Amino acid sequence: MTAVAMTVNGKAVTGDVDPRTLLVQFLREHLRLTGTHVGCDTSQCGACVVHIDGKAVKSCTTFAWQVQGANITTIEGLAEANGPLHPMQEAFREHHALQCGYCTPGMIMSAVDIVWRKGNDLDEKTIRHELEGNICRCTGYHNIVKAIAAGAKAMAKSA
Amino acid sequence: MYEFKFHRPTTVRQAAGLLARQEEAKLLAGGHTLIPTMKLRLAGPKHIIDMSQIEGLSGIEMKGRSLVIGALTRHVDVATSPIVKENIPALAELAGLIGDPAVRHRGTIGGSIANNDPNADYPAAVLGLGATVITNKRRIVADDFFKGLFETALEPDEIIVRVQFPKVNKAGYVKFPNPASRFALVGVFVSKRGSEIRVAVTGAGANGVFRVKSFEEALKKRFGAKSLDGMTIPADGMSSDIHGSAEYRAHLVGVLARRAVAAATA
Repeated sequence: MTAVAMTVNGKAVTGDVDPRTLLVQFLREHLRLTGTHVGCDTSQCGACVVHIDGKAVKSCTTFAWQVQGANITTIEGLAEANGPLHPMQEAFREHHALQCGYCTPGMIMSAVDIVWRKGNDLDEKTIRHELEGNICRCTGYHNIVKAIAAGAKAMAKSA
Repeated sequence: MYEFKFHRPTTVRQAAGLLARQEEAKLLAGGHTLIPTMKLRLAGPKHIIDMSQIEGLSGIEMKGRSLVIGALTRHVDVATSPIVKENIPALAELAGLIGDPAVRHRGTIGGSIANNDPNADYPAAVLGLGATVITNKRRIVADDFFKGLFETALEPDEIIVRVQFPKVNKAGYVKFPNPASRFALVGVFVSKRGSEIRVAVTGAGANGVFRVKSFEEALKKRFGAKSLDGMTIPADGMSSDIHGSAEYRAHLVGVLARRAVAAATA
């Protein structure tokens, strides 16, 4: 067992875990933050994407002890509790960018990261290329792409 | 995955000592090859030596006419570096094609070439540019570094600290990615440095990255895509799996080599 300590969604958290514990397991099972999903377990689908020190990372491919002391944001931490949705979340809602919703947290976390890296004016080609690490089985991606373009613009307004 | 003990050394010497002393130890860099293989139980190291707490292993700089990249430099940093883009743009493009954005935030060049996955991208650049791999013990030139499937010239307690790339006149990389994993089904890296021509192929070979001498000879006469017109390589020694037959891969090598030269001369 090993002690881990990090900041998750602004709160300091600690745990005593088996070294094999992946970050996604720590978040879901120890912290009960079940918005981050385990999809493929082979690092391809992106349902597990969270932000580690401001960068999108696949939490299923990271040990919890590797990110000791880091600042983690999960889908639960994007918006203020009891506040309005984050502009990217709102865009997904408005553009019907989800059906079953399983890929959605990872899509949104990746989308926010795309805006941070590529700016607020995203064309379709860029969005589709940047989403290569996120797989969706339901939607065919059309509305996800539209939502991300809209969410990117909306993020500029509330910056 | 199988149980393990992990260590977080703060110097390369400590890491090398741990590698030498511990049975079945593996270095952890970005983790995006090691952790997936451990999850599948294809690897079960008893000791994991995490490199992340060692200072001075990441960074990008020009040293004379060489581009030097620290082993722990993340793919995203190579892909977006103004220094790489200015001096060897094809290398930045290659790094930007590895995996996906989240993977590129963690994966490292040292981890990639130490692992020598036959479908990885960096081996094509290292061999295709004639780079030198600098370890804690010695300097190994690219032609001597890659030994076979998942095998390199690295000794059991040897650790890559830097990779040094010579500046070249022209270079290009074209990749045909697997649509799901985005690994290179076939990737071809070409470069011209004076009269030295290199054509390095990843993804296609059953034994890992290799150079195509016949293409290099043709390009020596004239470095243009037309020099490779009608040229192919035999299917023997190519990988064959559900993603593509040996013949398909051999065919792709010719197609992508022509495109890579076109990209290099654009």
